[in-house]
Amino acid sequence: MSSEWPLWEVFIRGQHGLNHRHVGSLHAPDAELAMKHARDVYTRRNEGVSIWVVPSAQITASAPSEKGPLFDPANAKVYRHPTFYDIPDEVGHM
Amino acid sequence: MYAQMVKSEATNDDPEMLAAFQARIDAGERIEPKEWMPEGYRKTLIRQIGQHAHSEIVGQLPEGNWITRAPTLERKAILLAKVQDEAGHGLYLYCAAETLGVSRDDLTEQLLSGRMKYSSIFNYPTLTWADIGAVGWLVDGAAIMNQVPLQRTSFGPYARAMVRICKEESFHQRQGYDLIRKMAEGTAEQKAMAQDALNRFWYPSLMMFGPSDKESVHSAQSMAWKIKINTNDELRQKFVDQTVPQAQFLGLTVPDEALAWNEDKGGWDFSEPDWNEFYEVLKGNGPCNVERIEARQKAWNDGAWFRDGLMAHAKKRDARRQAAQMAAE
Repeated sequence: MSSEWPLWEVFIRGQHGLNHRHVGSLHAPDAELAMKHARDVYTRRNEGVSIWVVPSAQITASAPSEKGPLFDPANAKVYRHPTFYDIPDEVGHM
Repeated sequence: MYAQMVKSEATNDDPEMLAAFQARIDAGERIEPKEWMPEGYRKTLIRQIGQHAHSEIVGQLPEGNWITRAPTLERKAILLAKVQDEAGHGLYLYCAAETLGVSRDDLTEQLLSGRMKYSSIFNYPTLTWADIGAVGWLVDGAAIMNQVPLQRTSFGPYARAMVRICKEESFHQRQGYDLIRKMAEGTAEQKAMAQDALNRFWYPSLMMFGPSDKESVHSAQSMAWKIKINTNDELRQKFVDQTVPQAQFLGLTVPDEALAWNEDKGGWDFSEPDWNEFYEVLKGNGPCNVERIEARQKAWNDGAWFRDGLMAHAKKRDARRQAAQMAAE
């Protein structure tokens, strides 16, 4: 009858004003306990001000094999970067 | 080390894929779980990270032994925090291993059945309070030697777990040194206890790095894959060079008559530990092997109703919530 507790991914906001960041994963029977475990496992030294826990099974990830088709289109668009444009020195900082 | 004598697994992959993989490693790229990797790389890492995780978990036992008998409330709180950290380290590492496709329960069962090992060092008993100092100072000190370079290991989740662990490990070593320093500066009897702890833990600590692996093919493969960064001898030398002056500061004597400063190599010459003893401990014949696995087995068995109960409760609550939702719609 034994079944392993499901896996959860843990995200922590390190300080006010920063994004939540993935810090690792853990097993827990439900969201409430996942939160408590995350507190014990990942914030024993004031590492955070907020925790998100998400069932790992709920995450959709891009496949490594799609890396090319997914990201290459952006490579071709150099004009999206400010350095693409020459601004004459006389104009000053822009 | 925490992962001793990890044999690299043979790989039966396409040579071209292997070459491309090696090129990524050589370029310093990190390998992430879902990316292609040679079967040997995957299996060796599962064994290495698993063994490392098991060591953290079993490593709680010799120290946990003293929590109820710590001499002051402050020392007790410190020891509790340290042992809790070890549990955390085990959990970070189990999660890293699981990204390679092995389940937590499978890892646990392999530990309990003896198919996976943990570090030889945790098969030695902690007989006196001074031993708790020696464990922090020497055992965690030796662990740090190995773990600091592993922060640059090629497998992303392992490297990231190591970063977290190293941050916390420094507290472990310093509290141990602080503890044994109190003893070494105490009464003659306390100083004798500190010396006795050093006498008993010195060689087992040197064994943690494993036997010389200069000629080992397994080691060469693991180093090429950057899942092992230094040879065992390099790390052992570094550990001795770091630790001898620390012992001298305490006025304690390293139990090695051959210990001598070698100007040419800029390091200490020292005696090898008894490798027969090491192999015996690995085979299960150390002073505490049976006790350690029995304790883990008991915890696993006694916790079964609790793990299952919480799971059943979560499922029941989920079902109730779903039913309520259906009724509302």
